Amino acid sequence: MTLANEVMQWSLVAAFVCVALSQLGAMVRLVIGPSTGDRILALDTMVVNAIGLIVLLGVAQGTGIYFEASLIIAMLGFVSTVAYARFVLRGDIIE
Amino acid sequence: MTLAVIGTYAVALCLVVGAFFALVAAVGLLKLNDSMTRLHAPTKVGTVGIGALLLASMIHSYVFADGSLHELLIIAFLFVTAPISANFIAKVNIHKRACDMPPSPSQDDTWSTLNVPEADLEIEETGTDQPR
Repeated sequence: MTLANEVMQWSLVAAFVCVALSQLGAMVRLVIGPSTGDRILALDTMVVNAIGLIVLLGVAQGTGIYFEASLIIAMLGFVSTVAYARFVLRGDIIE
Repeated sequence: MTLAVIGTYAVALCLVVGAFFALVAAVGLLKLNDSMTRLHAPTKVGTVGIGALLLASMIHSYVFADGSLHELLIIAFLFVTAPISANFIAKVNIHKRACDMPPSPSQDDTWSTLNVPEADLEIEETGTDQPR
């Protein structure tokens, strides 16, 4: 049991590092992105990575209280991505 | 090897898979050199990466606590919405002419994505936001 727990702790650390690096890479693309589509895509990726970080925090602390937060961030991320893309496409969000 | 040990190893495997896909998304987002090809990589992390992390969370809750299937809601929501937002971003790329353009339609004037509304015509012609 101790070896399994050790493996899980190390993979948890590795997952934290990888998702944080992914978040930083998406932020770099958000800054340098040449076109508007790249910036929307980078924001969408950052939202998805934020959900991943919150889920990892819940696994690390062994609680389920972060579930609602990640669900709300998933919904807000989708709505904001669609609203941003819609604004670029039509010049208006709700016509 | 009891069921709890197998569950713990399964949590570790799912965490590693999800983290790997998150890293793949970042590398693809940074290194690919076209807007449409860049769109390809981060849509994987929305489904497979986050799906694996949430699966790890579910198995973890079953191994170490009472267990819950709440995370299935987030998985279902992300699986439904990821293609929609990717489609919207692709339409933005076409609208901004940041990619290879589709051939012109045979019967209509232009694609609806490239069509500019009446009220925005002068903005599109005189504005500083010129397409590439």
